[in-house]
Amino acid sequence: MNALDQLFVNLKQAIVGWFPGEWRLGVSVVISAAAIVGVYAGLFAITTWIERKGLGRIQNRPGPNRVGPFGLLQPLADGLKALIKEDIIPQRADRLVHTLAPILAVVPVILALAVIPVGRNMVAVDLQAGLIFFFAMGGVKEIAVFMAGWGSRNAYSLLGSMRAIAQMISYEMPLVLSGLVVAMAVGSLSLVDIIEAQAGYYGGVLARWHVFTPWGLAGFLLFLVAATAEANRTPFDLPEGESEIIAGHMLEYSGFKYALFFLGEYMGLFGMSGLAITLFLGGWRAPFSFLEWIPSWMWFFGKLFAFIAFFVWLRGTLPRLRADQLMEFAWKFMLPMVLLDVVALALWQYTAHWSVPLAGLWRWVLSGGLMFVAYLGLARLISPRRRVGPRTYRFAE
Amino acid sequence: MSATFAILATWTVLAALGAMALRKPVHAALSLVGALMGVAFTYLNLGAEFITAVQVLVYVGAVAILIVFVLQLTRGEGVEGESLAVQPASLGLGIALLVTGGLIAAVVFLPDWRAAWPEKGDVALKRLGEVLMNRYVVALEAIGLLLTIAMIGAVLIALKRPDSQPPES
Repeated sequence: MNALDQLFVNLKQAIVGWFPGEWRLGVSVVISAAAIVGVYAGLFAITTWIERKGLGRIQNRPGPNRVGPFGLLQPLADGLKALIKEDIIPQRADRLVHTLAPILAVVPVILALAVIPVGRNMVAVDLQAGLIFFFAMGGVKEIAVFMAGWGSRNAYSLLGSMRAIAQMISYEMPLVLSGLVVAMAVGSLSLVDIIEAQAGYYGGVLARWHVFTPWGLAGFLLFLVAATAEANRTPFDLPEGESEIIAGHMLEYSGFKYALFFLGEYMGLFGMSGLAITLFLGGWRAPFSFLEWIPSWMWFFGKLFAFIAFFVWLRGTLPRLRADQLMEFAWKFMLPMVLLDVVALALWQYTAHWSVPLAGLWRWVLSGGLMFVAYLGLARLISPRRRVGPRTYRFAE
Repeated sequence: MSATFAILATWTVLAALGAMALRKPVHAALSLVGALMGVAFTYLNLGAEFITAVQVLVYVGAVAILIVFVLQLTRGEGVEGESLAVQPASLGLGIALLVTGGLIAAVVFLPDWRAAWPEKGDVALKRLGEVLMNRYVVALEAIGLLLTIAMIGAVLIALKRPDSQPPES
């Protein structure tokens, strides 16, 4: 079991061992970087297939089924198509900015992925401020979106990029704050430490993941909503809005540059999912003690696939939000909820040493109750009071 | 001087020069973003991971977007096509040299500037938190309050006056 768990770590050690001493650091870095780029790019290919197939099934059509068995080679065909397509730069576009934007859309995302541990001892860089680094790299994406929108010299592009930036800035706040709640609980910004803090099992069976605490559950749900918005996924896909502004900032891109934007979006999705897994779902840890024999990296990628499936399901189910709904939700609901989550965490930590009977239950009532009451209150406050009665129908006469 | 530092320093200086010399305001802003990124990765090169992340988050993420928004909303009509550098050039150069010289002098003439180098990594981060939450907590809260006031002020300015009715929709 241990050999399988540490398979890739040992493999890397062996390869590094072939090289003379002074080369080893460089080789180690190159292998780690290549693994990140390769694995996530491969995952991107599989995900496009899952997405198209899943959406197809939701819409009661077969989805891609021509290229290879079950249409599995479709990503390959798509990639080839993107590569041999003509790369058009609009005549009046700012050539340099226009060309740099897709690169800048991908590079920070890959850098962010480097700090996420994918298995026991499997993290490319264990930064002490890994969490903040991840969020910082997410902030760079906004620049890329602006460059794409501005550099294309197209009204739709600019409109789309302005939408995207407004959305990203609004949802970055709850995203970062819900991440910081976890950092507060753990007392470290290192993602490795955060996973380490979720070791152990309740009653020897159920894992001590953060999601199994009241503040963690609330934080996880808030994080998930903010991450969906940050990754521009339905129902927060206003920046693209095919039916309104024709793919927004990506409008003037064709061929491989367009594919790069897609790659960046999906890798961003993996990053967000990976961070949610790391912060709340125990990272590469098993949910039950009797499932520990499954290798750690399998757990991480299993959870990642579950997230991808969830996002495909969302995309197939939900309609797009309106811009004012989007903003209202971010500032009037998400932000106060996240701030209250900090209080819920404080209550949970403060009552950690209670010795009254049923202390665990009381802590749940106290900490979870706060979040629940706040949820009900805020939801009442925001949503317009609508009188619900029997619907009256009028027919043409 | 390590090779990584040389690359980062060259990058930063070039980007900063670009921010000064480029004609289009948006190009200058983007070049400034590049310079700020260069500074951020110089911090990373020095082992100050937290400062790197904060630098990117605050300056690149927020300030750069702010600059870009301002340029967008004001259209930058008056400055389009002209260099943004201070005129006359000697004045700008003089101020730049004065500031740079002052900073270098401050570091070099510090009594024990080699001993004053901070620790790396986690210890530094923990200590930063402790210092901010103990010794400088009043200053920190005051800045927080100031920023909140600034935000409320911005909202007030942006709010519609009661006498200007919004169009019926």
